[in-house]
Amino acid sequence: MPKDHGIGASSKRREDIRFLTGEGNYTDDINVNGQAYVYFLRSDVAHGTLNGVDTSAADGMPGVVRIFTGADFEAVGSIPCGWQVTDKHGEVMQEPRHPVLAHGKVRHVGEPIAAVVAETLEQARDAAEAIVLDISELPAVINMKDAVKAGAPKVHDDLTSNLCYDWGFVEENKGAVDQAFKDAAHVTTLELVNNRLVANPMEPRVAVGDYSRGTGDHTLFTTSQNPHVIRLLMGAFVLGIPEHKLRVVAPDVGGGFGTKIFHYQEEAFVTFAAKACNRAVKWTSSRSEAFMSDAHGRDHVTKIELALDKDNNFTALRTDTYANMGAYLSTFAPSVPTWLHGTLMAGNYKTPLIYVNVKAVFTNTVPVDAYRGAGRPEATYQLERLVDKAAHELKVDPIKLRRQNFITQFPYATPVAVEYDTGNYVATMDKLEEMADIAGFKKRREASEAKGKLRGFGVNCYIEACGIAPSNLVGQLGARAGLFESCTVRVNATGGLVVMTGSHSHGQGHETSFAQVVADMIGIPEDMVEIVHGDTANTPMGMGTYGSRSLAVGGSAMVRATEKIIAKAKKIASHLLEASEGDVELKDGAFTVAGTDKSVAWGDVTLAAYVPHNYPLEEIEPGLEETAFYDPSNFTYPSGAYACEVELDPETGQVTIERFSAADDFGNIVNPMIVTGQVHGGLAQGIGQALLENCAYDSDGQLLSASYMDYAMPRASDLPFYDVDHSCQTPCTHNPLGVKGCGEAGAIGSPPAVVNAVLDAMRSGGSKVDHVDMPVSPHRVWEAMQG
Amino acid sequence: MTEVKMTVNGKAASGNVEGRTLLVQFLRENLNLTGTHVGCDTSQCGACVVHVNGEAVKSCTMLAVEANGAEVATIEGQAAPDGTLNTIQQAFQDHHGLQCGFCTPGMVMSAAALLKDNPKPTEADVRHYLDGNICRCTGYHNIVKAIMAASGQDVGTIAAE
Repeated sequence: MPKDHGIGASSKRREDIRFLTGEGNYTDDINVNGQAYVYFLRSDVAHGTLNGVDTSAADGMPGVVRIFTGADFEAVGSIPCGWQVTDKHGEVMQEPRHPVLAHGKVRHVGEPIAAVVAETLEQARDAAEAIVLDISELPAVINMKDAVKAGAPKVHDDLTSNLCYDWGFVEENKGAVDQAFKDAAHVTTLELVNNRLVANPMEPRVAVGDYSRGTGDHTLFTTSQNPHVIRLLMGAFVLGIPEHKLRVVAPDVGGGFGTKIFHYQEEAFVTFAAKACNRAVKWTSSRSEAFMSDAHGRDHVTKIELALDKDNNFTALRTDTYANMGAYLSTFAPSVPTWLHGTLMAGNYKTPLIYVNVKAVFTNTVPVDAYRGAGRPEATYQLERLVDKAAHELKVDPIKLRRQNFITQFPYATPVAVEYDTGNYVATMDKLEEMADIAGFKKRREASEAKGKLRGFGVNCYIEACGIAPSNLVGQLGARAGLFESCTVRVNATGGLVVMTGSHSHGQGHETSFAQVVADMIGIPEDMVEIVHGDTANTPMGMGTYGSRSLAVGGSAMVRATEKIIAKAKKIASHLLEASEGDVELKDGAFTVAGTDKSVAWGDVTLAAYVPHNYPLEEIEPGLEETAFYDPSNFTYPSGAYACEVELDPETGQVTIERFSAADDFGNIVNPMIVTGQVHGGLAQGIGQALLENCAYDSDGQLLSASYMDYAMPRASDLPFYDVDHSCQTPCTHNPLGVKGCGEAGAIGSPPAVVNAVLDAMRSGGSKVDHVDMPVSPHRVWEAMQG
Repeated sequence: MTEVKMTVNGKAASGNVEGRTLLVQFLRENLNLTGTHVGCDTSQCGACVVHVNGEAVKSCTMLAVEANGAEVATIEGQAAPDGTLNTIQQAFQDHHGLQCGFCTPGMVMSAAALLKDNPKPTEADVRHYLDGNICRCTGYHNIVKAIMAASGQDVGTIAAE
């Protein structure tokens, strides 16, 4: 029987009530008395010398409060980067200054140059039209391989080149890897593009800055996945505001997918301008602005090679990747193609020797940073396309080739620095084969062919590293932050709990699932537990939500804090029960003395904590409130196997997804309904990447896909019902809940299955093609099939 | 400035607006009905769908003055006066048809318009109808399922929790 409450129950989401009735409180719903509005005048050229910004005609226009330019921010810090990568020569990466408003040069279309603060947004926009920009356009660098050629125009004149870093991993293995390729019985090589994407949470970014001269307090309301991180980065590195004078609030946030992790110029601007103008300043991004100012994702160009012995065992893997950084380093950008990508290249396989080279490149494009999966989808896509190609070349079954090379013993230390604590790749593949009805495929293919269509089947595995991250480890790897999580549990006198977490929920349903955990631990109804998040004023310093870390890290902090609460409550209970503490146990919301019928209810104990008349005051303090910080000892390693079945119209190249099966191992699960929903959403984004989405620039650096008219967001009619299973569970061995994280799996695991299926369909129609880059649009498929 | 008067969720509403003021701005800024959202600027995403005289309308694509004299319904008026969710809202909660909630008001309003015209839509009908409503969180699976369930159809055979 499925559970009806607590850990393991598909509890309905409490947050749904406000979202379904229009009572959500998103940042754009927040208005501060007397607020002004800002409109950013953004660069419409990709690269140029900014000779001057003439605001004279705009200054006196109706409603204008003040116009800001780059000169106003000379004394202000650079938008910081949170990760410093060291290259294969032991040199640190090149790190350019990132101004709040452009100064001296513009480096990508969409870069903010001037900001008009006015009484209304319309007045700000009107005045911005009267600003005259004097820009001498320079040749833009867009293509990464062109950008690193000698003599290429430099994005940053003060850097030695457009190469941010040239990273080798593991450098000491390179010789052995090269030797293994010389000794190989077979080598499979593949060159591919991981297409540039735009995260596109449905809520555009918004920032409202407020300031009180009376107290000197700053408040920033912002669409963020991690308000404490924004407070630290913006306060300490950009504006010089101490944290105790800066409150950052991320209220209901309408999706993030990574792009709301980062600290953006607009947040710093409204905070700065609120003080300068002595009134609140609000910015609401339009969708068009979002396309050219939200950090983009992916954008890798890779050559990958696999060496196999005569028995088809993988003996070595070698990759060479160019990773686009865009014009500036966004908050976590340098870590994505390195430590979130290179460390995943073993995948599910016991390949003994691996070497990864990544060249990170500056171009005149919007900065690129983490997007759902962040590095892990890029790793999975390369590897799983490559393994499929190897199977095709060797004329072996792609599932059999995978199974033959699976890691089966855990813990397993990969040759790329990480140790998988647990997993069972055979079990998820067994489950997948059952779900995908492989036996029935032949008939389904015949049915498609009878309609003049082609049908293809594709499969892949994935492994990811979640639960980011052990602070001491990532510190060695260049992180400029700790990656612990925090939680304060406050028990009220009448027994209800307020759980204040450093994690942030922007669609993940923490208000429901986190409450399930605490209620289960104490044995009380879930509605006695309230989850508070998103406000630095009432939550402990936490690192926020990304990298599928909330339950694995934030949930662990919550468990630790709740354990402290229970331990103290037990002391109080033993006093009330006049029993030895060791004999007292908590069960179903009551403390009982083992082997007796003596019992005291949870609410009586919590009341005693706040009305300590009969209370061991000499031994323990009154009150019941505890805080815990949890720093994980390892990453978690969710894994799974996915299968996709497509139908392809050879006349048009149109591909439709007919079946999609996903067998995941997320370890233990708190709310199966929410986990399934997370996988669905990830699958849609992965299928979107594979079939539809592409962020395109022309050679001059103009953004061609800057609206929903041009950027193909997946719609309901593009997608099927998915078949999702997470019954294979190998609990994480090192966190208290045994959980691994599920937020990114769908986006990581699905693109290769789709492309593998499309290629299978194409081949079934006689095509000899061995690769088509994503998105496998009708045009690309049709063209490839012609020849 | 022009004065506009309309009925919103059964109550009289009025205000002074510029000619360029969009219906969604009037709802959000003048009436403080912030449940209707703006997710794009090209009439693609559908987060702003409301009903005007019973028809689903993208309120970012209609001027406030065009709605003068109209009956407007928004997400705030969908539940019963005592707060009980309507059938569609309840189905969205029961079937986990929302995550971040930002597209949800538009989805619920579009679903209501669909079911009015087509009380027993097929899966394909629902998917086709939602072409003008973009969701980035759910992958649409549970939205389609919720709408079919709200129409009284058995969705038990559709996979997953």
